[in-house]
Amino acid sequence: MNTVLILGASSDMAVAIAKKLAGEGNNIQLAARNVERLKPLQSDLSIRHSITCTLHEFDAERSDQHAAFFMGLDPAPDVTICVFGYLGNQTLAENDWKECERTIQVNYTGAVSILNAAANHYAAKKAGLIIGISSVAGERGRQSNYFYGSAKAGFTAYLAGMRNRLFHHGVHVLTVKPGFVYTRMTEALTLPKPLTATPEQVAIAIDKAMKKKKNTIYVKWFWRWIMLIIKSIPEPIFKKLKM
Amino acid sequence: MNPMKQGPVKDIANWGNYPVMASEENTPVFLEDIRRYVTIPGTFIPRGNGRCYGDASLASRTICTTKFDKILSFDAGQGIFECESGLTLDRILEVVVPKGWFLPVTPGTKFITVGGAIASDVHGKNHHVDGCFSHHVREMDVLVADGRLITCGPQQETDLFEATCGGMGLTGVITRVRFQLKKIETSYIRQKQVKAANLEEVLMLFDKYKDYTYSVAWIDCLKKGRGFGRSILILGEHAAVSDLTPQQQKDPLQLPKKKQITFPFNLPSWVLNTFTVKAFNFLYYGKNFKKEINNTVSYEPFFYPLDAILHWNRGYGKKGFIQYQFVLPMESKQGLIEILQTISNKGLGSFLAVLKIFGKQESLIGFPMEGYTLALDIPVRKGLFETLDQLDEIVLRYNGRLYMSKDARMKPDVLEAGYPNLARFRSILHKYNPDQKLRSVQSDRLFLTHKS
Ligand SMILES: Cc1cc2nc3c(=O)[nH]c(=O)nc-3n(C[C@H](O)[C@H](O)[C@H](O)COP(=O)(O)OP(=O)(O)OC[C@H]3O[C@@H](n4cnc5c(N)ncnc54)[C@H](O)[C@@H]3O)c2cc1C
Repeated sequence: MNTVLILGASSDMAVAIAKKLAGEGNNIQLAARNVERLKPLQSDLSIRHSITCTLHEFDAERSDQHAAFFMGLDPAPDVTICVFGYLGNQTLAENDWKECERTIQVNYTGAVSILNAAANHYAAKKAGLIIGISSVAGERGRQSNYFYGSAKAGFTAYLAGMRNRLFHHGVHVLTVKPGFVYTRMTEALTLPKPLTATPEQVAIAIDKAMKKKKNTIYVKWFWRWIMLIIKSIPEPIFKKLKM
Repeated sequence: MNPMKQGPVKDIANWGNYPVMASEENTPVFLEDIRRYVTIPGTFIPRGNGRCYGDASLASRTICTTKFDKILSFDAGQGIFECESGLTLDRILEVVVPKGWFLPVTPGTKFITVGGAIASDVHGKNHHVDGCFSHHVREMDVLVADGRLITCGPQQETDLFEATCGGMGLTGVITRVRFQLKKIETSYIRQKQVKAANLEEVLMLFDKYKDYTYSVAWIDCLKKGRGFGRSILILGEHAAVSDLTPQQQKDPLQLPKKKQITFPFNLPSWVLNTFTVKAFNFLYYGKNFKKEINNTVSYEPFFYPLDAILHWNRGYGKKGFIQYQFVLPMESKQGLIEILQTISNKGLGSFLAVLKIFGKQESLIGFPMEGYTLALDIPVRKGLFETLDQLDEIVLRYNGRLYMSKDARMKPDVLEAGYPNLARFRSILHKYNPDQKLRSVQSDRLFLTHKS
């Protein structure tokens, strides 16, 4: 029985992942800023799947505490999944450094500081799995969300580099780019149905990719092609587009 | 995007697909989200899984509990179960059946939420023995219009408790429920099916078998003359281990296999009717069907025969259908005959109806009372509502009432005449929902809100 740490456990996607992996018989550690409200999820997973589920207070913005947080987990998780993210407000962030910094901190710096701790632990143990939820927004900077996008681009590159390093220690790293997902964050938006996944679909895709040791996955397959097209538009043209 | 909007606006309808309306849907995950959605300006109605048939959980804004669905505790020794209100019965069964427990009361579909089970105060085939769902509730939390979370139950805050059981979501949002399960030895049902040649006989059989925990009859509404009211009475008891085959005894609490097909699109309504009639006739006249059949079946086909086909309601076509369900007091057998005759004479298009006997019940606003209850599906078409108004008149003449959870069209005076405790119900609503913040298309139509 493996123990899976889920960082940023309050989001719809994290809840779906927790349910799926608990259903597969894993013990679950739920880490979030506000753990009080995760108590119902904790009891639900434990009762439904006869597994152990624990709650851990964790703040993605407090990078200085991350190494100690990870070392304090008992047992140390066999799988670490970084789900937290912060979309931020692009226009606000253009003028407000706090908003901009927060976007970078949560999506990049905070993810790096916590996963560094996991990586070192797994490298020493020569076993483990790290999963990072990045974003298709990181594949090319666009005017509508380039703070978020660039932080995710950094995160994607970080995961790729770490995969390269940890491969030699028998540790695997999986990068997930979900595309559009129906969540509380997006519930007021009208999303194109064929391109939008449910949190449950994301969870199923992750579970499958874990078992098959995939490197990078998109949840809905056409995203791979869409991003290929977006990436291949020449910059002189791309910069004129309103995207 | 409208910054005031908290959720997407969608066209929604309940199980009868009538009426359909655009509604803003809020889907909270945490209690604090529910509180926020309740206290922001604007009216709304709580919504579960949309399995009521008519307009009870329709409004221009709904707070939908389907993501508020966690199990909070389960005492497998005492059979006490506690959960958030959006948990559906199918998910409960998955957890409790393998531990030797069953739902104390279940309607004919397992795809309803616990909140919906209380707000409609649902009944099952065991009403004459076990009463309604609310009889098994020990305690629950209701988040009322001003944002307070109130714990109520049969012994505390009883006015809120009584008005919430069967109160169609108008007192507040039920958030947490703790209820008592029923002990079972196996997940199987010992079933007895008995053919009855006519209405007289089926009523007699109901009486003869009144000690059975579960009973219900399917009536052929088209048959006239001597066979008027011919039916199949279906009885059941939870099977003991000794009732099972050696194979079944290896895992007496086994969950039924998940087999489901989805009805893919709306069909013209005659298709489903033809199908149900054929199925009935097959059972009734089938070579193998003796006067009486006794067998042991899994709980699934016994309680939820229709759940095997997801979205079977699409079989009634785009215009939707009405489920008409009423109850008449025991002494009004003549009323039952009159209504069945009217249905058959008007060729209402419903061939099958479900008949059940309710036991004694005192409640503030709940539907059941001792007597006969009949439910039938009728596709929406021109002239239907006038005909149903005529049926309502017969129901009232015989001191009966209609089930709000199935209703999409009754007139306010029909409600008024059928439910003697409305004044007290309204005064409790006035206490907890003073500004009529919680209101549905149905409550406005029935003047439970809007006018007093
Ligand atoms: C095939 C089928 C068979 C059925 N058989 C039976 C039967 O045998 N016996 C029976 O009694 N009923 C039966 N029903 C009706 C069904 O059980 C009820 O309508 C039930 O209330 C539906 O629950 P829901 O979760 O889908 O809620 P909805 O249909 O969404 O809402 C129903 C009512 O409950 C209120 N409500 C929902 N959640 C909450 C909450 N958290 N807090 C406060 N109010 C809430 C709504 O406002 C609304 O008034 C059947 C329905 C179907 C489709």
